[in-house]
Amino acid sequence: MRRLLAGLRDDGQPVRYADHLALHGPLPSPKDLLGTLAGAGLRGRGGAGFPVVRKLEVARQAGGKGPVVVNVTESEPASLKDQVLATRVPHLVLDGAQVAARAVRAREVVVATHVGSPAGPALRQALAERRDAVRVRLLEVPARYVSGEASALARAAAGGPPLPVLHDEPLAVRGPAGRPTVVLNAESVAGLALHLRHGKAWYDGVGTPDEPGTVLVTLRRSGQAPGVQEVPLGTPLAVLLPEPEGIQAALVGGWFGRWLPAGIALAAPLSHAGLRAAGGVLGAGVVMVLDQDECGLRATAEVARHLAGESAGQCGPCVNGLPALARALDDVVAGVGAPGLVDRYRGLVRGRGLCGLPDGTADLVGSALEVFAEDVEAHRRGGCLRPAGQALAVPARRAAA
Amino acid sequence: MSGRRLRVDWAACDGHGLCAVWAPDLLARDEWGFPVVLGGEVPPAALRQARDAVRACPALALALVPVRSREGANRTKG
Repeated sequence: MRRLLAGLRDDGQPVRYADHLALHGPLPSPKDLLGTLAGAGLRGRGGAGFPVVRKLEVARQAGGKGPVVVNVTESEPASLKDQVLATRVPHLVLDGAQVAARAVRAREVVVATHVGSPAGPALRQALAERRDAVRVRLLEVPARYVSGEASALARAAAGGPPLPVLHDEPLAVRGPAGRPTVVLNAESVAGLALHLRHGKAWYDGVGTPDEPGTVLVTLRRSGQAPGVQEVPLGTPLAVLLPEPEGIQAALVGGWFGRWLPAGIALAAPLSHAGLRAAGGVLGAGVVMVLDQDECGLRATAEVARHLAGESAGQCGPCVNGLPALARALDDVVAGVGAPGLVDRYRGLVRGRGLCGLPDGTADLVGSALEVFAEDVEAHRRGGCLRPAGQALAVPARRAAA
Repeated sequence: MSGRRLRVDWAACDGHGLCAVWAPDLLARDEWGFPVVLGGEVPPAALRQARDAVRACPALALALVPVRSREGANRTKG
């Protein structure tokens, strides 16, 4: 099913503005934009799944006029979907940014990408093809996890450092510069653009009653090129894995997701509710498949080690706790550590930071210890020689032990 | 007045540890010296301790906030 990815060119080039308009038609400009969107069931695609139009309503009620920040940083490190949107259908993202900006009477749109990502140049090129009512500024932030956290982006958009910050009120009520700041994921705004053009009945025509529409899923498996596919929400994961033989488990929800044994993962519907019921999370729609001949503990330890190096250095428990947590897990993999120590450090980092990095790491590691509990014993006996595999896409520079 | 809890601004906290000296019933320190908030709502009898701890923090990292106020950590990524 292609809605967000409709008209995708086979040659990898972005859909040009003229072709985009021919495909989707002009962007409507109703007087009561927010009222037109009221009741839209679209939920945020950055990970948390907050209702998109609700966020816009909150910002509008708070007085609006702050920036709309579109998050194309894809800081969920294994995700590729926002890069696909920005490089292949950039005008849908830019349309959506305008919709959000007009809905909250924003004075500026800030589109944030990672330094070095192809998304930045692609969006710059697309902006040159169009004229927008609300001014658009491209913002590059360092290519690291914490840069993409909502408060870090809001801060960077206001001229500050791209680091998470403590905020007493939701950013949509009061951002770092005092004005309501709406931070939305690229796929979320692209969905808004579709919703406004085609209406609620069309939008809700696929997906589940509570979670209508489609979702982009990044699928990774060793030995295969990572792919991004669009499916209606609620689609069982098995539909995306026509060759389920040899699958041991899947990490659903990305690096900040949960491990699920193969049988449970394959049957789980890809939606927030469906995956939650199965013990997983949808997150930003990343699914990583672990094959039978790979070791989930080893793979998780690689991720934990990488994430320990991703700390912004702001929060003491994260700076000290994540390396300790990663080392404790390494010891379990080496067969010399106790899972109890891993759990101790998980408890010491959880809830003790300004962004999702410590909690996400603690939850990922906890889920690995649960799902691969038998492997812990095998490692103690020195009986597991399986490699980590490549499904988790840990950058090479930190993958080596 | 609704209940209060102690909240640490982790970006500001340097782990000086004075808070745990002033409010030993409410705060412990982890192995790196950073505060561990014990429990949620501060009991009325310990509110004075809590206020002393807030005042003692040289980094202005500790606050007494309504129990239901947000932690500040944003779990979303926008």
